[in-house]
This record gives sequence, structure tokens and C-alpha cells, in this order.
Amino acid sequence: MDQLLINPNYPHILSTLVFLPLAGAILLLFVKNEFFARYWALGITALTAILSIPLVSAFDTSSAKFQFVEQYNWVDSLNIQYVIGVDGISILLVMLTTFIMPLCVLASWSYIKTRVQTFMICLMIMETAMLGVFMALDFVLFYILWEAMLIPMYLLIGIWGGPRKIYASIKFFLYTLAGSIMLLVGIIWLYKTNNYSFFIPDMMWQSYSLTAQIYLFLAFFLAFAIKVPMFPFHTWLPAAHVEAPTAGSVILASVLLKMGTYGFLRFALPITPEATTLLMPYVLWLSIAGIIYGGFTALAQQDMKKLIAYSSVGHMGFVTLGIFVMNIDGIEGSILQMINHGITTGALFLCVGMIYERTHSRELRSATGVGKYMPIYVTFLTFFSLSSFGFPGTNSFVGEFMILAGAFKHSIPLALAAIPGAVLAAAYMLRMLQKIVWGGTDNPDQSWLKDLNLREIITLCPFLFFVFWIGLGPQPFIDLMHISVINLLDQFHAHQAQAVAAAELILH
Amino acid sequence: MQFLPELTLLGAGLVIFLVSLGKTDTDKIKTVAIWLGAAVLAATLVSSGAQGSLFYDSYKIDLYSQVFKCLIAGAMFVVLILGRKLKDIKNSVHPEYYLFLFISVLGLMMLVSSVELLAIFVALELSSFAVYIMVPMRDDSGNYRFQMEAGIKYLLFGVTATGFMLFGMSYMFGLTGSTQLPVVMEKLSYMYDQPAAIIAIMMVLAGFFYKLALFPFHFWVPDVYEGASNETTAFIASVPKLAAVALLIRIVSMVNGEGQVIVNILMVCAVLSMFYGNLSALVQTDIKRMLGFSGIAHAGFVLLGILTFQLSGYANALYYIIGYVVMNLACFLVICSISKNGENVQISDLNGLHKRSPLLALTLAVALFALAGIPPFVGFMGKFMLLTGALKQGYLFLVILAAINTAIAIFYYLSVVRVTFCSDPDNNSPVVSGIFTNATSIVLLLIIVIMGVAPQGFINFATSAVQSIM
Repeated sequence: MDQLLINPNYPHILSTLVFLPLAGAILLLFVKNEFFARYWALGITALTAILSIPLVSAFDTSSAKFQFVEQYNWVDSLNIQYVIGVDGISILLVMLTTFIMPLCVLASWSYIKTRVQTFMICLMIMETAMLGVFMALDFVLFYILWEAMLIPMYLLIGIWGGPRKIYASIKFFLYTLAGSIMLLVGIIWLYKTNNYSFFIPDMMWQSYSLTAQIYLFLAFFLAFAIKVPMFPFHTWLPAAHVEAPTAGSVILASVLLKMGTYGFLRFALPITPEATTLLMPYVLWLSIAGIIYGGFTALAQQDMKKLIAYSSVGHMGFVTLGIFVMNIDGIEGSILQMINHGITTGALFLCVGMIYERTHSRELRSATGVGKYMPIYVTFLTFFSLSSFGFPGTNSFVGEFMILAGAFKHSIPLALAAIPGAVLAAAYMLRMLQKIVWGGTDNPDQSWLKDLNLREIITLCPFLFFVFWIGLGPQPFIDLMHISVINLLDQFHAHQAQAVAAAELILH
Repeated sequence: MQFLPELTLLGAGLVIFLVSLGKTDTDKIKTVAIWLGAAVLAATLVSSGAQGSLFYDSYKIDLYSQVFKCLIAGAMFVVLILGRKLKDIKNSVHPEYYLFLFISVLGLMMLVSSVELLAIFVALELSSFAVYIMVPMRDDSGNYRFQMEAGIKYLLFGVTATGFMLFGMSYMFGLTGSTQLPVVMEKLSYMYDQPAAIIAIMMVLAGFFYKLALFPFHFWVPDVYEGASNETTAFIASVPKLAAVALLIRIVSMVNGEGQVIVNILMVCAVLSMFYGNLSALVQTDIKRMLGFSGIAHAGFVLLGILTFQLSGYANALYYIIGYVVMNLACFLVICSISKNGENVQISDLNGLHKRSPLLALTLAVALFALAGIPPFVGFMGKFMLLTGALKQGYLFLVILAAINTAIAIFYYLSVVRVTFCSDPDNNSPVVSGIFTNATSIVLLLIIVIMGVAPQGFINFATSAVQSIM
């Protein structure tokens, strides 16, 4: 238990963050007023965001331990504990989640017109589950929240989605569930092997046999690669993104996809280090395939949401690339890029949603040439598009730069193979931007469009703020994760050395 | 005190019988039946601490049997409430319906206490014959007569299974010279190298496989579920399964030593049950048929706990079957409320239920997600513990197959949730559900959630119950 650090000043801060939205959701069950539901959900999610600020201010950046830990016994007969905590890898994701939720509520203010209470209840339950996934240090707790999250997300897509919502929601549910089934078997195997304990930090850096590690890694990989989604497992993503309501798309892109990459960092690397080393090249080249494939498909899309969805496949390819090059630049860049992608892609989905609310179409063709009538809107859109393909001065530039630096350190052909992805990103984003702002001679009549209202501007401003903050001064963010990443890599290399030594001992 | 629940049931049956002799007012009978059900539940709870043995040691009263009696009485009470309108049973046979219901429950309660082969046989037949008659009691107004087909199928398959069981019992008696279950199993344990011993045990278990709807004794399930009235199906799908699990655990827990062959056979039955049930359920349109097939799959999961031959495994199986009965009753509560005149409910009839009755829609969704094994509900905890228990014994392959089944099953549960929540109603007539129904559904919902979130107390309880027969 020496991996845990209890912070006496904030004994219950994490539990408060997790259960506040859940309590809000339960109370909202008894209210039948749509007007109230909106303000209530906004209030609860905003309160959660405010309460999460002390996490950063009191976070000890000189320690790689899990902080703000809370630990209680839950199910004694199976030794399941309720134990939560954050370290440098998860804290930024927790913050991203708490900050993005109030903005999701704002974005659904007028977009959601039917069954508003149910919608807000789903959003708040989602928040509980997502925060819990990033904080859980018990594998069963993690798995329960990981699966429980599917229910509200399924309902978000299935009830308030677009015309093909049934297909999209079921595909999303089946894909994710089927992927994580083997994860469950893996968890139980680890429990049995680790002296009947589900405590995650105790499972890390153990010497499991290589065969077991490979099977475990494959189980992890299937679950997390589907969630990311990595290249051959990505087909649920465009469907889900296109049909989901704006808030659903934002949550999917900003938070849900990060769970896959978070899973790789938290579980795959520390629990199966040797299998990671062995299978690393395949994962890396799959990432490259995802980057290139995502770029080319995004270039061909006529549907704005699909375009951004495919661009997500490419961007998440960069993140997995950074994770599996296994050096400090790569991993720090990936974590930063997770946050960046959450901010930028979330904002882009909000922008598409705002157009959709006006024209009721996501077709690129019907949104051409709005620049003349919606100057504020296109200003925002331009910044987010630039950020999306990593324009210097914006957040993604820092992330992608670090990932590529890491990739060059690892292998030059690999890094060179990723470069076209960056170019493609510029191509499809500029294509979209050009069409929306100027269009051509055959623009539809857009003169009736109203520019953004105050609520929409307020929704987008925080995103813009973080785009430039991370773009121009990323150091505070990197400081938060630095020690944890160094610790992860040190342990990883120590374990490698140990394994090599053991192998040599057997050979001689 | 020791025999109080059974006597109360017998009395309840007699009261109904006496009432039916006079000029019957069906409303009065329904009220009387519910009160009698409550009295039975109270009697079982009062005698839950009883200990002892009756009838020359062929009838054992211990914590284990009393727990099951409480569960059976509780499930029966819920069935009485959700079917209190008896929508699709002819008015003229209402008293008889209740009479047979009580007799069947009496048989099941005697079953969980029986530890002697003939007592087991008599109790099982008592409960079965009553249900054979209840199935064709469905109103024949549509002239489909499919309840007759269901009745005859249930009877024929039941008789076949009983035949197997009797055959097995004759082997047991022949091999050991006794009909006392503890003596029989003790002596059999020296003979596991002989096929006759294995065959005898498996044939006796077949009788309970039939009640639990486990492969290969599951063939009656879809047609009987579809043909019997909704209330009868709710009964068949829940109460007898409790008793069947009780006896399976009681018998298997006495198999000791070299029972590996039995484990292997049970494993095959479990896996085939899961695959057969889940794959067939994928294509159903009638929700009762779908629940029937899903019940076959769940029976396979229950077996997963029993075949570990461990105390914890039996406790998990007990926990799981309780959870299953609660989830199943919640589903049937919704089915019985939706069905206007007691007709069968197609999945498409649930369209837009969220608008017609939010509470029922929520109940159905939670119950189905729980059946599918999605956390944080009881279905997940149960499956998780069963898988953990099986893997502890080293049955990795079995666990993987079971896990794959969870993934298959999600599709058909989800497609029901889809129509209830994600589509607009075809007809806007709200579903009226009385205060009783609403209260019951809230109670069932709470049980599903609480058992899933805080399972420890229930597991301790199940463990101590199973401990009393070890």
C-alpha cells in the first residue's frame, strides 16, 4: 500500500466529485420540470467543476504516488475494495471531464427539446461513471464503472440521436461490451494470480510468465483498442458520432476515447511490460495505419460530423503512437495530446452542432459560405480548425511535436511514416474551413442565419482559452504529469533489465 | 412450528376450496388469495429459525430449507400480486387456479426439505401435477388452443424427466440399499469408478434439470412459456427454479471425492445451455419466449456455481438464482401490466413504453440490463462471482465460453430496451398500473440495485444457509 498517499486536507474530495453528479441525477428523478432540469444539471456539473479545482492546487507534483486516496472495504468475501486516487497520468483527464460537463449541458440547452430531465439524468450519471473510471484503483470498481457507462451513453445516442440512431447505438454498445468481455476474464485471472486481490497498484510490475502476459495484453488490447478506437476497430465511432446529439459527441470524443489510451497507460504497460515490448511494433504500425487512414477518409467526407470523427481516428493514432514509443517525450506528448484532442475535437463538435441547430443538416454543402453572415462563429471555427491540425501556437502543436520527437528518438522510419498524417490533417481541415467560411459561387442562401448568441459564445470561450494556454505555455500541464511518467518509464526499464537478466540466467 | 409453512399452505388451499364450493364472487376470491399468500409468507418468516427433522428423518428442517421456503413464499406472493387480475383465466375456474397454485407451492416447499428419495419424488410430482393443470386453464376465447398444446408438452416432457429420475433412483437403491439421501450418497462415493453410480446421479439430477430448464431438458420451455397465461408463466419461470436449485445444491454437495466425471458432464450441460439459450433468444419476437430462452442460458450460469463443488460456489449459485428470480419477476410484472386482456406481449407492443408508463419502462430496462449482466445491477455481481469462482477452480476455458455468452446475450436484451425507450409509441394509451403494482416494481428495482451494489450481506447469508447442509 506504499503507492498511496492520503491527503489529510481533502479527505473526501474524490468521492464528492464522483457522487455529487449521481446524487444530482437521483434527485432529478423526482422533478418534472424541464426548465428546472436544465439549471439543476448546469448547477451540479458546474459545482463539480469548481470542487475539482483543489485537486490541481493541492496536487503534489513531486510524487508519483496516487494522491487524495480513499479506501474502504466493499465486498469482503471477494476482497473488492472501494479505493480511488489520482496520479499524474489521471489528474488531467479528471479535470478535463469535470470541466467539459457543464459545457455539454450548455450545448444541449436548446438542442434537446424532448425528455429533458432524462437527458440531464443521463449526462450526470455519465459524469459519475467517467470520473470513477479515471480514479478507480480497484479493478472491479474500474470494470463496473467502465461497463455501467455504456447504459447512459447508449440512451444518449438511442433516444436523442439522428435518423440512424438505433443502428449506431446498438453498434456502439455491442462493440464496446464485446471488447471488454475478455478484459473481465483477464481481471479474474490477475485476481487469482495476485493472491486474491483486485488492487491495481499491486498488480503492476509483477513477473507473470510471458505467455500469460501476451494473453493478458491481447485482452487489454481488444478492450482498449476498441475504445480508442485504433484502426481496424474504429467502425463504431463514425456511426456513433454522426448520430449522437452534440453533447453526446462531445463526451464521446473528449472523454470516452481517452479511456482507451488511459487504459493502455494504466494497465497494459505496467501489468504486461514484456508483452508490451514484444508486441510494440505491431501496435505502433497500427497507429500509423490509423493516422493515415483517418486522414484520407476524413478528406473524402461530405458530412461534417463524419469528417471530425475520422479525424479523431487519426489524432488518436498519434496518441497511441506516443504511448508505445516508450520514451518520456512520447508519453508526455500523448497525455497532453489526449487533453488537446478533448478540447479541440470537443469544440469542433460543438461548432458543428451549432450549425446543425440552425440548418438541421450536417452536410458540408449546406453549410458553405456562412462566413459572411456568422463572423463570430467562423472566428471560433478557424481557431479550432487550426488547433486541430497542430498549427504552431495552438495546443495540438505542442502535443504532436512531443509525440513526433519521441517517435524520432525511437525509430526514424516510423516517425517519417507519421508525418503525412500531419499534412493530411491540414488538408482536410483547411478544406472544411474553406468551404464553410467562403464556399463557392453556388452557395445556398445563408442570409437568414443568426450569429452565435451569448450562451453559445460562453460555451466556446473556455475551449479557446485552453487552446492558447496549452499552446503557448504548456509547462504547468507537463509538470503535473512529469514525475508519474518518469516513474512509469523507470519501472518499465528496470523491469525489462530484470527480465533480460533472468532470461540470461536461465540460458547459462 | 417446524411444519407451519406447509400447514398454512394446505390450509390456504382448503380455504380456497371451501370458498369455491359456494356461489363464487371472483373479486372476493382474488382478495382472499392475496391475503392467504401474505399469511403463508408470514408463516414461513415466523418459522425461519426452526430446526429439526420429521417423518423418520426423511424431512429435514434446517436454515437452508427455511431460507428457500421464505424465498419461495416471497416469489409466490409477488406472482400473486402481479397476476392478481388473472386476466386470461376463465372466471369459472379462478378458485381452482388458486387452489392448484397453492398446492404446487406446497409441493415445492416440501421438496426443499426432503432428504429421502421417495419424499423427493412425491413432493416433486405434487408440485408438477398442479402446474400441469394450471397451464391449460388459460381462457380459450380466441380458440387458438395453444394452451392445450403447451399443457400437453409440459406434461409429456415432465413425465419423461420424472421417468429418468425414477430410473436413477432405482439404480441408487439397487447400488446402496437405502433411500435416505445422505446414506445413498455416502455409499455411492465409493463407487465413482463405476458408470452405474454416475448414471444414477445424473438421472436423478435430470428431474431438477427439467424444472430449472437446463439443457438437455429444456425443450418444453418456449412453447409452455408462450402457451401458458402470463401469470402462470411468471410462476413457472420463477418459483420452481428456486426449488430445483435447492435440490441440485443439496444433492451435488453430497458428491464428494472422485466426482470429476460429474463435473465434466455438468460443464457440458452448462455450456450447451448458455449457447442454446442465448442463440435462440436472438431471433424471438414474443417476449415470453425470449425470456424462456434467456432462462435456459441463465440456468447454465447457475450450474457454473454448482459445478465448482465449493461452499462459495453453492453460495454464489444461490445468490444468482435469487437475483435471477427477482429480475425475472420484474420483467413479468411489466408484461402482465401491459397485456390488456392477458394476451401475449410481442416485443413491438412495448414501443414507446417510456411515454405510456415511465415507471414500468424503467423497471423493464433495469431488469433487462441486469439480466444482461451490466453493472451495477445484481446480474453483473452474480455473474462476476460465478466466473471468479469457476476460475478459482481453474476452469479457464469454461469461463471464457461463459464470458462470450454474456456478449451474445446483450443483443436481445438491448433490442427490447431499444423499443421501450428509444421509439415513439404506436398507440398513446397509457398503461394503467395500480398502486400495488407500482409499489412492487419499486421494491423489485431496489432489490436489483441493492443486491448489485452491496452484495456482501447477501453472500454471507447465502453462505451460512448453504453451510447448514454441508
